[in-house]
Order: sequence, then structure tokens, then C-alpha cells
Amino acid sequence: MRAGLPQATVAPGPVREATPEHPRVPTPRASWWRRLLRDKVLILAAVPGIGLLLLFQYFPLLGNVIAFKDYEPFIGILQSPWVGLTNFAVIFDGDPAFLNALGNTLIITLLQVLVVFPVPIGLALLLDSLVSERIKRIVQSVLYLPHFLSWIIVIAIFQQMLGDAGFMNNFLRDHGLHTISIISNPDLFKLLVTGQVLWKDAGWATILFIAALSRIDPTLYEASAIDGAGRWRQRWHVSLPGLRSVIVLLLILRLGQSLTFGFEQIIPQQQAVGVGASEVLDTYVFNNGIIDGDWGTAAAVGLVKGVVGVVIVFVANKVAHWFGEQGIYQS
Amino acid sequence: MNGGLVAATRPARAVKAVVLLVCCAIVIVPFIGIVATSLSTRDEVVRSGGFVMFPSKITFGAYQAILSGGVVTRATVVSVAVTGVGTLISLVSTSLLSYGLSRSRSTLHKPLLMLVLFALLFTPGIIPSYLVVKTLGLYDSYWSLILPVAINAFNVIVLRAFFMELPREIVDSARIDGAGDFAILWRIVLPMSKAVLAVIGLFYAVGYWNSFFTPLLYLQDNAKWPLQLVLRTYVVNQTNLGVDQLGGIGGAQLPPEQALEMAILVLSIIPILLVYPFVQRHFSRGVLIGAVKG
Repeated sequence: MRAGLPQATVAPGPVREATPEHPRVPTPRASWWRRLLRDKVLILAAVPGIGLLLLFQYFPLLGNVIAFKDYEPFIGILQSPWVGLTNFAVIFDGDPAFLNALGNTLIITLLQVLVVFPVPIGLALLLDSLVSERIKRIVQSVLYLPHFLSWIIVIAIFQQMLGDAGFMNNFLRDHGLHTISIISNPDLFKLLVTGQVLWKDAGWATILFIAALSRIDPTLYEASAIDGAGRWRQRWHVSLPGLRSVIVLLLILRLGQSLTFGFEQIIPQQQAVGVGASEVLDTYVFNNGIIDGDWGTAAAVGLVKGVVGVVIVFVANKVAHWFGEQGIYQS
Repeated sequence: MNGGLVAATRPARAVKAVVLLVCCAIVIVPFIGIVATSLSTRDEVVRSGGFVMFPSKITFGAYQAILSGGVVTRATVVSVAVTGVGTLISLVSTSLLSYGLSRSRSTLHKPLLMLVLFALLFTPGIIPSYLVVKTLGLYDSYWSLILPVAINAFNVIVLRAFFMELPREIVDSARIDGAGDFAILWRIVLPMSKAVLAVIGLFYAVGYWNSFFTPLLYLQDNAKWPLQLVLRTYVVNQTNLGVDQLGGIGGAQLPPEQALEMAILVLSIIPILLVYPFVQRHFSRGVLIGAVKG
């Protein structure tokens, strides 16, 4: 949703503190003002970026108060009356529309973890085993490309290929075969979006795995070969362990996104299959809040979603530590 | 190359080749079809039932129609402008912030770094972001497409890690020669970081060019639509592009609807295809520095 980085990239681990750096430290205990003056360029340089972050990342946190208010745009946030937890009723009472959105989100997440997550690992192993660097580079260039297309473009491409008047159905029709309705079929919707994610991002997601594979010490492979390991056993006993920390890292991040599924991917396709099959939590928030004006409920659901996401990351990271993995940060 | 890996058997190699070929074909074939259809004549589109894979005759009519003023032309201008201005703002503010955070002993370093790191952990909700944009008076303005997404905390961390890796000796000797912090950034740090800046710039540019969520959320006026919203309306939702939406082209010469749609699609893909090869070779270097080393 935010510009810039793809889901497949990784949040930084613990930030490395560099060794003492500043060559001009006057005395070890220079006064705070002196140091401020010394570093004025650095601090001024940080101002625009920090300002943008405060304004558009932190300031919105305050807006979450409307989850506890009966917000009316005309009265304003401050004047709108407090209503306690009333807005959270849809969650506690299990409002059917909310449960539908939650259920869809969880099913899609499950498909993502089970189907989408392993594909890049296999693809990376395949690419890693190519002997010719040139072919490898060409294949990588082709497979990375779809990541840079927008969801709208990907959806349009899928329509052209699989739609009722698309490439595949034209072909079937020309050969006197039955056509298959995929794009507008609510039953297939979750598989369709899973396929779209694969097409767009499976190639790009290999990038970190390939990097990790290239850092595996070749002597490990040699040693295993001397011990009589075949190709598969080398993959199993050397390659996969080499990928483990990257896999754990990406899995934690993926789990943190469990309740978030591509708003940009779903919204344009809702018209074709209906809300029942396609509503996810993010579209629920958008449709209820921005479109229908039920601000309080939408903000409440959004707030719970955000909090749960952060909690999952912390818990998953803790679990990773128990298993002796680095996770995304260390405490 | 493959130090130590046992060589694959011949059938295994054949299977590998087939799998990779199929993967590449799945990516490439749709592009060919889309370009081919956008260049097709009315007869051919009708004959093929909508989607043309191998046109026998080529016409640029569809491109002329969408680029001669009208909805698509305007949206293209909006997209180009937002992407250009946005990428510039993003790159400048990201480089400055990363540089500001690149010396771990500087004043205020810790709290500022914490602000950036925490921003990675959560995305602000849809509703609160919307309210902030409204409160700031940015709603329905082009700035709403840029400022809320101008800085990405992850990119800041990646660039900061890169800056911190630069050889200290060069920076130190510049300082001895009397260069201030700003001169060091401008004359040494930035020129040495061209590759990573190119990759981060590409990420930002692609983000602006592709963004659908921000204009959908923050724009009200159809006239301000960027290309992605035009694509949604006329290509995904198949609203017909009539004479009213196209500048100056009359009814009889109107290219087939299908060709028009595919031409819009191609138009929105071309900029990405143009920039991609130049930046692509830096990917593994630029992306991985922050991601793997962290």
C-alpha cells in the first residue's frame, strides 16, 4: 500500500552500531549544546524526513480516537461524543459482514503461506543450480519484471488471458471446447488472487533466497559430496539449512501481515465476484468507512487489525528466539 | 560456479530447462498479446473475438486516439508529473534523513533512529490517514498523492546502512581538507552511492507510478485522475471509451475498443520497461545491503 518497497523485502535486523566515528569529538564530555551545534547539519538534514514520518505515520495514530467516538465529519473529531467500545460491537458480537471479511482474509493468508511462500524457495534453488551465469541473469530479469507492474495492470492482464473473452477462452471456443469462467467466478476467487500473487511476486521473492544461497560455503557441498551425498541430499542437508534464517525472517514478516491482504488487488475485482467472496478486512474498512460513512466501526476494525499485526510479529519473533533463530530483531 | 554441487543428470537438466522456460513464457506471452492487440486493426480484433496474438497488419491508430488529448492523455501527464516530483522529493528527503542518521555518536541520534525504526512496525490505518489528509487540507490535491507516501522508513534504513559502510578514510581526509558535513554529503557520500540511489529511486518511482490506493482514497475530481484510475475504469471495468473521452477523433475512425484498452495498458507499462534494464543490474547489490546485513 505504501510506495516503495515490496512485501518481499525484509525489515532490517538489529541496527549495527558502528565503531566510534566522529573524528572531531572535542572532549568526551562536551556539553549537549556544543554537540548539538557540532551536529547541526546532520540534525537539519533529518528534519524533512522526520517531519514527513511524524505527520503521516505517527500523527494518524491520534486519529484512532474516533474508534471510541461517534464521529461526525461535520462536528469534527474533538466535538464528536465519546461512545466507549460501542464501535467494537461488530467484532465482539460477530457481525456477519465482519466475520465474512475476517474469514476471507484468513483463508487467503493460509493459501499465501502454504502455496505462495514455498514457490520462491524452489525457484531460487532451481536458479542457483544453473551453471551458465548468463542464462541465470536473463531468467532472473524476466521473472523479476512482473513485480514492478501495478495491481491494476496485473488484474487487466489476467482478464485478458483468462477472462470470458480472453485468450484462453477464445482458444477453447475456436477448438469447439467448453469455455471456463474464471475471472467472474466467486468460488475460484481466492485461487485467482493467489495465482495473481504468484505471477507478480514469486520471481522477485527469490532475490533474498538466491543471495543467501550464494553465501553458502562451497566446501560444505564438497564435503557432503565426498561423504556420498547426491544432489537431493545436498539440497536437503546443505542448501535448506543455509536458507533457514532468511525463511524464518520472511515468515515472521508474512505472519505480521496475516490480517492485511492487498487492498489494491481486491478492490478492483470486487465488482465482478461480489463482496461475499472477496471482502477482506482492509476492503471492509474502506467500504464501511470511506464509502458508507460508518467511520467509528471502520476505525475500530482498522485499529484492532493494526494492533493484532504488531502483536503477531512480537510473538512470532519470540518463538523464533526460542528455536535459536535470530528473527527480525534481538531483544 | 557451482562449487561442490554434484552435477545434475541429463534428464534432470532437461526438466529444469522446461520448468524455467514455462515460467518465462507465463510472464512474457501476455505482454506479446497485449502489444499485438493494441496494434491490431478492427477487422482482426473482430475476427479473433477480442484478443489478437499475431496481427497480420499493424496500425498505430489506437495510440493516436488515446494520445490526441482527452482522458488518457491528461491522466498520463498527471502520472508523469506526480512520479517525477514525488520521486525527487522522496529521494532528497530519504538521502538527507539517512545521512542525518549515519553517525551513531551524533546528538539526538538514538531518538531519531527509534522514530524511523518504529515506523517500520505498523502502517497507519486507512481511516486515520484519510482524516489526516483531510485535516491538512490536502484532500483532492495532487500533494495528497505524494506527501503521505513520500518517505519509506525501510528505504531510509537501507540507505543509512549503505552510508555507514562507506570507507571512513575518504570522509576523514575530506574533513581534514576542510569539508563540512554538507559538502561531505554532496561531494563524497552521494556520488559514491549512485547505484543504491538508483535502486531506491526506482522503488519510489514505481510506487508513485503504480499507486492506485492513494488517488482512490484522496482524489475526488475525475479530472485529476492518474493513469491507474483510468486503467481501472476503462480497462478493468470495461467502461467504453467513446468520442467524449478521446480528444478529436471522430466516431467512424474510432479504433476498436479492445485495441484502445490494450494501448492504455501498454502506455502504463512502457515507462517501467524503459527504466528497468538500467536499474536491474544493481538490484542484488542495492537491495541486499540493508536487507541481509541489516
